[in-house]
Formats: sequence, structure tokens, C-alpha cells
Amino acid sequence: MIRSQVLICGGTGCTSSGSQKIQDTFEAKLAKYQLESEIKLVRTGCFGLCELGPVVIVYPDGTFYSRVTVDDVEEIVSEHLLKGRRVERLVYDDHGKAEADEFGNVALTDTTFYKTQNRVVLRNCGVINPEDIDEYIAMDGYAALGKVLTEMTPDEVIKVVSDSGLRGRGGGGFPTGRKWALCAPNKAPQKYVVCNADEGDPGAFMDRSVLEGDPHSVIEAMAICGYACGCTKGFVYVRAEYPIAVKRLGIAIEQAREYGLLGENIFDSGFDFDIEIRLGAGAFVCGEETALMTSIEGNRGEPRPRPPFPAVKGLFGMPTVENNVETFANIPQIILRGAEWFASMGTEKSKGTKVFALGGKINHTGLVEIPMGTTLEHIIYEIGGGIPNGKKFKAAQTGGPSGGCIPASLIDTEVDYDNLTAIGCMMGSGGLIVMDEDTCMVDMAKFFLEFTVDESCGKCTPCRVGTKRILELLEKITSGKGTMEDIDRIEELCNYVKTNSLCGLGQTAPNPVLATLKFFRDEYIAHVEEKKCPAGVCKDLLTFTIDREKCIGCGLCARNCPVSCIEQTDYVAPRHKRPSYRINADKCIKCGACMSNCKFKAISKQ
Amino acid sequence: MKSLAELQAIKNRMKDKVVLRDGMEGTRVVVGMATCGIAAGARPVLNSFVEGVSKAGIDDKVSVTQTGCIGLCQYEPIVEVFEAGKEKVTYVKMTPEKADEVVQKHLKNGQVVSDYTIGAITA
Repeated sequence: MIRSQVLICGGTGCTSSGSQKIQDTFEAKLAKYQLESEIKLVRTGCFGLCELGPVVIVYPDGTFYSRVTVDDVEEIVSEHLLKGRRVERLVYDDHGKAEADEFGNVALTDTTFYKTQNRVVLRNCGVINPEDIDEYIAMDGYAALGKVLTEMTPDEVIKVVSDSGLRGRGGGGFPTGRKWALCAPNKAPQKYVVCNADEGDPGAFMDRSVLEGDPHSVIEAMAICGYACGCTKGFVYVRAEYPIAVKRLGIAIEQAREYGLLGENIFDSGFDFDIEIRLGAGAFVCGEETALMTSIEGNRGEPRPRPPFPAVKGLFGMPTVENNVETFANIPQIILRGAEWFASMGTEKSKGTKVFALGGKINHTGLVEIPMGTTLEHIIYEIGGGIPNGKKFKAAQTGGPSGGCIPASLIDTEVDYDNLTAIGCMMGSGGLIVMDEDTCMVDMAKFFLEFTVDESCGKCTPCRVGTKRILELLEKITSGKGTMEDIDRIEELCNYVKTNSLCGLGQTAPNPVLATLKFFRDEYIAHVEEKKCPAGVCKDLLTFTIDREKCIGCGLCARNCPVSCIEQTDYVAPRHKRPSYRINADKCIKCGACMSNCKFKAISKQ
Repeated sequence: MKSLAELQAIKNRMKDKVVLRDGMEGTRVVVGMATCGIAAGARPVLNSFVEGVSKAGIDDKVSVTQTGCIGLCQYEPIVEVFEAGKEKVTYVKMTPEKADEVVQKHLKNGQVVSDYTIGAITA
């Protein structure tokens, strides 16, 4: 008889911080205390608070342990599981913001991180064992598929999805219902459903967490989509760099087949559907829908012009519906709880919730799901716990290499598709990178351009050559050789690449540059006119200097300088005994080793 | 899978296993499981509660958890029952048999077994 369950996070974040070892240790310790028959270990998907991983939750009390190490396991077993005393030092401290119950327990769902989240897509992540189909079924899994196959016509399904107002979560924001409605009437010998799990934006891991934590929800939704649009075959195109996601998805498909939830004549309705996994080989452009389909066909992953749209002529030349992982994960809940329920969340034109991967200079790095229309301020300061080390918030980058940035002055922006587009930003797939005052915006734009230059497939000239030229101009500016004309030239080139590229990659590649030019033009100008990097990031524009009044002449900087460019002078500061040191700026490589070694804070960079 | 009934059957079978993770709504039975409690025989009492609650089919409303030393070691095993909006009931010197009775009378039918409460013993 199981009286308690111990949930151990098996998401990628916690797995890399050692949750597998923790699980093994739990198993050993439970055996040692003969508790195996009473306590069940469950390895789940991501809880979202990756910053605090590895995460362990003990139910039924809901005690939330963070940053658990292998050495802590014995204590949790012998104290908490055996004697019922919580190990207070490991319990997540929300700094008194959440109200504890009569036992002093802070439920995970009451912490500021979770409280204002609204988990639809992530509802099962961190709750069920993703490798056990029965647990998914216990959480109403496959009930939506059962409902559509036994009670609804394909048109009714499409109507519910349309009425819900769900829009594509991969970044574009195209209404999902309309996409399905475009494909459904097309007649063909074979039609396909494709799930885009080629999540490539730097800093984004929403789809990964869904596939790792709740793979069945995607499988169920693909089958529903197949029924609605008349497709009998599905493909999941997932990055090979996501080994845990691939493994769990594979297990899930296998289990669904065993139960007859995939295969022939599902629920005795005469509907056949099956899914195959295709691994992406690591090209960013394959996240673009036409390139993705070309890649599934076995060809080099390059986009092609549209129209014809995939709904008419897609995979293998057949009508195809292609949706993103997160979009699919919404579908079963929409079917079960109705279009009105879904449409009650969010803003006028953006319904439902959105999952964001919070990263960068923020206290709670992790995964959050919030209703559309939540302000950026709320996401960063309430859910994200603010900026570490008391630094000032400067900007948030959304949409990865295709997106722009939201400056601090617009922190009260309500995040949805249209508001972000209006300020020249983009929702993107959901990566949200927070930047503080130490981030140079020119350098940030340069980083993303380096990425797109690397990832441009080379098929069309504006993207292949244009992004390269933009990057060169940016490098010129960050190395202090830029002119004011270069800034204008960048802007012109950006607009050209944006309007003339073949696919989404090139069309959005200039966005990080255009957005930073719009909101942080003064930083570009500082790089050009004053030859200064205001944030102190661009190495070529930095000078390290030793304050000779503060220098006590210990010589630690000189000994640590890799290029021996620090030498002793004749000057002895009044209160010190030894002569001070000086940096030879011509030889200095600006590595910062002297500054981090100086114990007297006598070295500064500017 | 040929019918919704099959799906429902799996769901019913599994519901008991995941219900623990639904959080802390409803009634909570807390068994004192510090060294004193364990020495006095709290473990069989706890198991008896867990099984009884499950057998009675009320495990969606009642959760059984453990706690540390309640402070009245001479009365262990101690079991406290918390219900929303009601005063806490404290049972003392519990045994597995008494536990079964509490499940049947108190947890299932809402009648406090006052013979076993702390008031009955100390008064």
C-alpha cells in the first residue's frame, strides 16, 4: 500500500544536475529502511524551477525540496519518510512570501513562482511519470481523442479549435483552426500531420519540456488533428540534441500503439492513425516549416517559396498540417473543456496561455506558463524573482534570433502576439532572456547575427550575403572603427534582408539589430563617436587602468598578466611603501585577469 | 483500445495511484511518527489508515500523512484528524484495530469516536 510518493524531476535541467543519481540513492535508501512497499518513486518531467534543481517533491504533504544532493537523500528518507519530520534546511524558501499551512508547509503551488502561473500546456509536467501511459490516462489523457472519435464530426473539431482562438505557438501566431480548415477539404491519397519539435532558438526549452514531461499530450493532439483534417499519418520532427525527449516520445508512441490509441480502427471508429519520429540533424533552418518537410523527405533542409502552402502541397507533395509542440499540447484540453474556457484566458486577439523559458540575468531561471496579456514586469519581478545582485533591468529579449527586445521603459507591456509586434518585437517561440545593465546591446545584436550567419542555409542571397554583411558592420562598430554612416547602412541593409529573404529565417534575422537600433541607438552612437562601450563589454573599446593612489604595489596583477604588459613605476603613493604599477595599453589584451586578481580594487575598466 | 469504457477503466484503476499528488484538499489524517511514535507502534497504525481509507473508497477526500513528535509521547501513537472548518480531533494510544474503527465511523460517516480522543483519556 503506497502511502507517500516522492517525485523526482527528470527534466533536462535536473538530469544534468544529477537527478538520476538522486533517484538511485533514493532507491537504495528506501530499501535500507524497508520502505519500498510504502513509498513510490516517480520520475517526472520538468517542474519549471530549473534554477533550484534537482527538485524533489514529497506527497501527500507536498513538501518541496530544492537543490537536493546525493548526500541529502539519506536524511530525507530517515527523517521525512520514516519519521515524518521535514528536512527544513532543504525546503524551498520563498522568503516568507507564500503562506504556510498549519504544518508550516509551503505548497509548491503557493509559491510566488507558481501562484500566478496558469498551467494548461504544462499541467502534467512534473506531476505524472511521462514514461507511463496509465498515469496520463488517469489525468484525463486520451479522453479528448475518445470524445472526438465517438461524438464529434471533423468539422465540429475544427470549429472548436477555431472558436478557441488558439494561435500557433511556434512564433508566427497563425490561427490553428484556420490552418486545419485550409487542409481539411483537400483531397489526396495520403495526408500528413507534422509536429514541429525542432526547437532551435538559443535559450528556448519549452517544447523540450513538454515532450519530456508529457509526450502523450502531443501524440493525442496529433491524432485529433489527423481525424479533423483527414490525415492518417503523422511525423514528429525532433532535434537529435534532445535525447531525453526523443527517448520518452519513443516510449510514449510504443505504449499508445500497444493500447490501440495509435494504429488501425482507433476506438472502433474506423479511424487509423500512426506516428513516426524523425530526428533533426542540427540545422536551425529546419524549424521553418517548408525546410522541415524537405528534411523529412530525406533531402537537404532548405526552404521553398510559398505558395503552394503545405495545406495544399506539403510533405511528399501531399496536403499537410504542421503545428508546433506547444500548440498541439493545448488541443486535448480545448476539446475537453471547450472553446469558451480557452477563450476566457488571454487578451482579445491572443487567447490562452504561453509558456516562456526564462533565462539570463534572472533569479528563477526556469519554465513558466502564464495567461496571455500578463505584463513583462510581472513575469520578471513576481514570477522570475527579479534581477540578481541588485542590478538594474535593462531589456528582455524575446523570440531568440528572430525577435527583438523590450526595453525597461516598456516593462508594463502586456505580452501577447499583437502588442509585441506593435513595438517591433516578436513573441517567437517563447525564449525570454533577461538582460541587466552589464549587457551591451550592440554585442547582443552581434551575438544573434553570428548565429543566423552560421545557420543561414544559403539558398537565397539576401539572407546568405546580407546577414554576413550586417555582422561585418556590427563587428566594425564593436571594434571601434565604425562611422555614423555605418549605422545608417546597417539599417538599410536590415530592411532589405527583411523584405527580400525567402523564408522566416532571413525575414526575421535583422530583428535583433533593428530592435536594438530602435531602443538603444545611443549605445551604437557611443560605440562610434566616443569609442566607448557603455556596458563595458566590447573588449576593443575597453581600457584597463590602475589607480596609482590605490595601488599598494603588491605586484599580483603583473604576475597574473598573461602577456606581461603590467610594469612597475617610480611613483609611490603617499600612504603606501612600494611603487605602484601601470598597464601598457598597447600590449593589453583586455582579458581582465589583473582586475579580478587585484584585492584592493585599484584596477578599473572603462 | 476499442471503447471509451476501456479508457475509463484504466483511468479508474490509476486514479488511486495519482490522487496523492492532487494536493491537500479535504480531510487530513496525520500520524505522529517520531521515534516515540514508531516505538509505540505508529507504523502499523499508519498502514492501517492508508489501507482502510483506500478500501473505504474515500482516498480522493482523505489524505494520510505523517508528522514528527506531537509532544505527548506518553499517549503515542497519536493521530490527528484535520477537517476544513472543523476543530482538530486528536486520537491517542491508537492501534490498527482502533484505526479501522476511526476510518469507518469518523472518516467515512463523520462521527468522532470520542472514546479514543485525548479528551476521553485525560478527563
